[in-house]
Order: sequence, then structure tokens, then C-alpha cells
Amino acid sequence: MTDAAWIDAALTSARPQAVGALLRYFRDLDIAEEAFQNACLRALNSWPQHGPPRDPAAWLIMVGRNVAIDEVRRNRRQQPLPEDEAISDLGDAEDALAERLDGSHYRDDILRLLFICCHPDLPATQQIALALRVVSGLTVKQIARAFLVSEAAMEQRITRAKARVAGAEVPFETPGAVERSERLAAVAAMVYLIFNEGYSASGDAAATRAPLCEEAIRLARLLLRLFQSEPEIMGLTALLLLQHARAAARFDAEGALVLLDDQDRSLWNQKMIAEGLALIDKAVRHRRGGPYQIQAAIAALHAGATRPEETDWRQIDLLYGALEAIQPSPVVTLNRAVAVSKVRGPQAALELIEPLAPRLSNYFHFFGVRGAFLMQLGRNDEARVAFDRAIALANSSAEAAHIRMHLDRLMRDSQPHNSKSSRK
Amino acid sequence: MLYAILCYHDEDVVGSWTSEQDAAVMNRLAVVQDKLAREGRLGPVARLLPTTSATTLRKDDPPVVIDGPYAETKEQLLGFYVVDCRNLDEALDVARDLGAANPGGAYEIRPVGVLNPGSVKT
Repeated sequence: MTDAAWIDAALTSARPQAVGALLRYFRDLDIAEEAFQNACLRALNSWPQHGPPRDPAAWLIMVGRNVAIDEVRRNRRQQPLPEDEAISDLGDAEDALAERLDGSHYRDDILRLLFICCHPDLPATQQIALALRVVSGLTVKQIARAFLVSEAAMEQRITRAKARVAGAEVPFETPGAVERSERLAAVAAMVYLIFNEGYSASGDAAATRAPLCEEAIRLARLLLRLFQSEPEIMGLTALLLLQHARAAARFDAEGALVLLDDQDRSLWNQKMIAEGLALIDKAVRHRRGGPYQIQAAIAALHAGATRPEETDWRQIDLLYGALEAIQPSPVVTLNRAVAVSKVRGPQAALELIEPLAPRLSNYFHFFGVRGAFLMQLGRNDEARVAFDRAIALANSSAEAAHIRMHLDRLMRDSQPHNSKSSRK
Repeated sequence: MLYAILCYHDEDVVGSWTSEQDAAVMNRLAVVQDKLAREGRLGPVARLLPTTSATTLRKDDPPVVIDGPYAETKEQLLGFYVVDCRNLDEALDVARDLGAANPGGAYEIRPVGVLNPGSVKT
């Protein structure tokens, strides 16, 4: 029960709550983090001997706070502190009771901790790095590995992000309802960013970044436990689960991306799919749709098709239409075009995406999709131009390799049996 | 005598397990379950989906649906059903029917992740 793995899991799971509470006490991220680290060190000594505490988070908050206060006192030895600020014994029952009462704060503590990481002045990559360091407790080395940068560079990135956050006004009073829902929306967006950082990786990076997907799911579940009746948080959690359920099928043995149509669906994780579907069921009952719920519903339609031909593209087209209406974006339209090509053919799909060209002129997927539509229409020369552009814009070798596969097929088709089988 | 063994654990901790750690625990449990199954003593075993997927029906008049698991501590767990339903709405309909037959208290509706129907002879 007190083996290293259990302690590790307990420290990880208690971290957001404990650091969040310590941040409320000390109003300083560095002090809060250091206090938590010190509490963890003591836990590693104490728990194997005395057994795990009933409430690990409360134990860590109490010990972390006492150690930090002790530190502050030592640093100001010249100034004697008043008697009532003396640190009470670790086993103090009153202290434990006070801590449990503080538990009512913990929802806002965790939300605040996540919220300061998504400060609007921070670029997305810094938000993610900061959240992974502060909230999830990944080491700088782990984060650096996930982002394929040196440890020193990541250390600097996190330090810079922290400095910026420290300079910003972080409101410590309990937020009102409107403020709370704004914070929740910002935090949800950041959790989705963390997920995508893992999900969009490919090749060698896919394995090292997969933990980011799992961490995002853990954070989404945490948010959902704190905000049980928020349909968008249900939608977000469902979306992440349904996408991550396909992880084992998304890459072949060489690390190349396998398209949805070509994936071995028996490798999809049915447990995650079941959980995602259950959350969509819950969200739908609220009749308050939103972008995450719609995207989750689209992912659910893919997950529900045992074979690609069974995919309900008509419904997916409608859902993308709904998403376009509430969150217009050329990328959404581009995704919708794929559904349109299945329902109404490549010509209609091509017409849908042509107006996007000026805004997506540097977007890999635009040219990949455009090339595929042109190829289906037998316009091979134009398709080749689009594919060449896509390769130039590819974000990874796996993406480039995938487009090259199309080009190879075009080459084959341009041989004697030109364009015979290109229309399908 | 049949005994129900109800499983409690800190969900945050279980949720922090890596998939390898999770699989290791499941494998160790399977050894114990297999022995009981061979002896014809194992009834249904279920692993429930996380409490975040739970919905609660308070059997008031009229019944009230609440997101999340059953959180009160003044009532006690007295029994459970496993019902095959197409979706949550259908499960809630079943719960309402049951609630009409036996008002008061609450039902927590939780999707089942894994079900081993067991082999017990009664």
C-alpha cells in the first residue's frame, strides 16, 4: 500500500489541489511550488513509515504551509513573530479540521491555478508548458522532451512565463458566477491545447508526446468533477476521450500517419469510446450545445462506425455546419468539405474550399485536402501542384510522407492508364 | 450465502495510474477472479466508468435528475441493478419506473465499463 508507485500516484493526483491551496495562502507561485516540493519530500519519508494519510492533499497542504512559514520565519529571524503565528504541530487536530473546512475553496483554488497558466499575454506554447509544470507537475526535462527542445530552453521558457504571470494581477478573491465561467472557458481551451500538442505529434515524437494527451484527459476529468453540470466540459472530456481512443491505430509500424478510413478499427479503445459516448449522453440532456459538444458528436459518429463505409457523413456535414454557425473558421469549413465530398462529391467540396484559399495559403491541410479533391476529379496536374505545396508546408516528416504517397499514386496514374481509376 | 463486495478507492489516484499500472492491477485481480470462477463461486463483476459519467435520479415527487454521482452520506447503499439500455435517457426511464414503484432515496446511474457475468450457481 505504501509502495513507491502508490505514493507517486497519490502525490500526482493531490498536486493541483495542494498547489492551488498553497497559492491561495502565499499568493506567490514559486513559494507555493516550493512548499509543495518540500511537503512531497517529507511525504516520501513519512508515509512509508507511518502509513498514508487519510487525505493526502490535506496532509500536503498542511505540511507545505508549515514548512514555508518556518522558512519565512528563519529568513526574518531578527523580527520576532507574534505568538499566534507560531506553527502548530503537524499532528494538530485543529489544524486538520481547519484544512478540511478550507476544502470548500478547493474548486476555485484549482481553477485559479489553471487560470493563471492561460494568461492572455502568454503565447500558447508557454501556457501549455506552464500548466504542465505547475499543475501537472511534469519535470522540465519531461516537458522539454515533449516539445523537442533542450532542457535549458524549456527552463527559460517556463521561467519567462512565470515572470509574466507574477507581474499580472491575479484576483485571489472568490470569483463571481460570470467570472468563474469565463475562467472555465479559458482553462478548457488550454486543456484542449495540451491535448492537441500530444495528438498532432507524429513519427518519433508521437510516443514521447502521447502522455500529453493522457494528462489533458486527466485535467478534463478533474474540471468535470469540479463543474459537474457544465455540458461543454462534458463535451470537452468526451472529445478528448473519443480522439485518444484511436491512438493505437493512428500510426503504422514505421510511424507514418494512418488516415481514419485506413485505420484498423479493432485497435480503437472501446472503453474510452464508451466513456466518451456516456458523457455526450449527459451533455445532450442540457440542451445547451457548444463547440466541444459538437466536435465530440462528430468524433462519436466516427467511433460508432465499425467500417468506414458506415460513417454517417450526412450527419457529420450537418454538425460541421452547426459548428461553422457558432464558431466560424476556415479550418472548420475545410473539415466540413471532407464530409461534403463524401455526401455530394468532390466538385461540391472543392467549390466550398476555394474561397478559403487566401486565408489558408500557408496551411498544410488545405493543400492536402485540395489536392485530394482535385485528384478525385481527375485534374491530376492541378492536384500535383497542390500536393507539392502541401509538402513544402508539412509540419512533420510523417505529413510529408503521407502526401508523397498521393503523389506516387498520381505518377502511377499518369502512366499509360492515365486517369482511368482516379475517379472513384 | 451470496456476498456482494463493493469496491471503494480514491478515484484521483486510480485515474493517475498509467495504463501499464492499471493493466498490472487488472491482471492481479484476474488471478483471484479466475480461481473463484473455476470453483463456480464468482457472480457478476463490474468495473464502472468514472464518477464523472454518473447521473443521479433523486426519487422525489417529481423525480429530479442531477449530474454527477450520489454524494449524500445520510442514505446507505441497499442494492443495485445492471440493465442493458441504448443510452442514458433509456436508463433514466428505467430508474423512473423503479422509483415510481419505490419512492424515496435516490438512484445513481453509472455506465458499466467492463462486465464479467460470472458463473455462480444459485
